[in-house]
Amino acid sequence: MNTEKLIAVIQKIGTKIEAEKAFLTELDNVIGDGDHGINLARGFGEVEKKLDGLKDKEPGDVLKTVGMTLVSTVGGASGPLYGTGFMKMGAAFKGKADVAVPDFLEGLQVAIEGIMQRGRSTKGEKTMLDAMIPAKEAIEAKWNESQDAKAAFAAGVAAAWEGVEFTKTIAATKGRASYLGERSIGHQDPGATSFTMLLEIVAGEV
Amino acid sequence: MVGIVIVSHSAKLAEGVVDLARMMAKTAPIAAAGGLEDGSFGTSFEKISNAVDEVYSDDGVLILMDMGSAVMTAEMVMESMEDRKIVLADCPVAEGAVTAAVGSEAGSDLEEILADLEQVGTQKKL
Ligand SMILES: Nc1ncnc2c1ncn2[C@@H]1O[C@H](COP(=O)(O)OP(=O)(O)OP(=O)(O)O)[C@@H](O)[C@H]1O
Ligand SMILES: [Mg+2]
Repeated sequence: MNTEKLIAVIQKIGTKIEAEKAFLTELDNVIGDGDHGINLARGFGEVEKKLDGLKDKEPGDVLKTVGMTLVSTVGGASGPLYGTGFMKMGAAFKGKADVAVPDFLEGLQVAIEGIMQRGRSTKGEKTMLDAMIPAKEAIEAKWNESQDAKAAFAAGVAAAWEGVEFTKTIAATKGRASYLGERSIGHQDPGATSFTMLLEIVAGEV
Repeated sequence: MVGIVIVSHSAKLAEGVVDLARMMAKTAPIAAAGGLEDGSFGTSFEKISNAVDEVYSDDGVLILMDMGSAVMTAEMVMESMEDRKIVLADCPVAEGAVTAAVGSEAGSDLEEILADLEQVGTQKKL
């Protein structure tokens, strides 16, 4: 994936988030403070304004700008978290004009590590990590087995949706939903859901 | 004097905590960074950065914050100002702000105020 393609993907992500804004906000209404969709739509709205100016940059720098913009404009936890994720992935792509599946896997791994560090969180706490970690593992497994990018990303999306389903079965121990404790069981995590939507867009473009 | 920044999702809460602290320490440099630019709830990287600039001196700045993104965003502001002496304080915001402001006005240094704030976290009210 080169810069031109990457910018197109980010544009599509923005459109998707805007379309799902009400749904993501509603999920957050149930176990959080009802702003996840609004937060992300504000952030990706600002990202879109910058994309035209990034055409001559390498993919890593595009992602860094996306991350920094999310950090400064989202306003909720998903800002510093996704922001850190995009910036870490961007740093991992440094010097590459084109990113392939193994690069993406490395980028996703450092993004996950960055988010864990920033959020002081780990798998099984009912957060976006519960979609991200299984997705990364599934893409990697399928890629190693088949070298088929489409199949690998399809497996990743399926695993991410399973992760979203899994978040329904556990109580939150991080983020706003942790204030609800056991009462958060039965509801899916908004951040795990939005991550899965982002990955679906990427998967549709490989 | 050590500068103090109060970070909250709510502009009202941050400003209220600043007022509360000023009742006991009129001259302590203390600034509020609450809510988003448009007045809605959330935490703003820019507001926090500006508040740090406003109260910064070589004595350093202490940031007190409420939960979630307030902690993460304050941390990112701190990381973006590597060359400055900035510390995040892990303590109740209202009580901590009063303690920090009194300490700052009395001329305590950053480390001394941090040690006082440790106590704030452990004190029980009843
Ligand atoms: N510590 C954390 N680690 C990993 N993910 C987290 C953490 N805290 C929150 N999240 C994720 O962020 C999502 C919520 O994003 P949102 O934009 O609604 O922020 P928020 O919780 O409202 O932020 P704030 O801390 O400002 O209240 C959650 O659904 C969860 O997936
Ligand atoms: Mg929220």
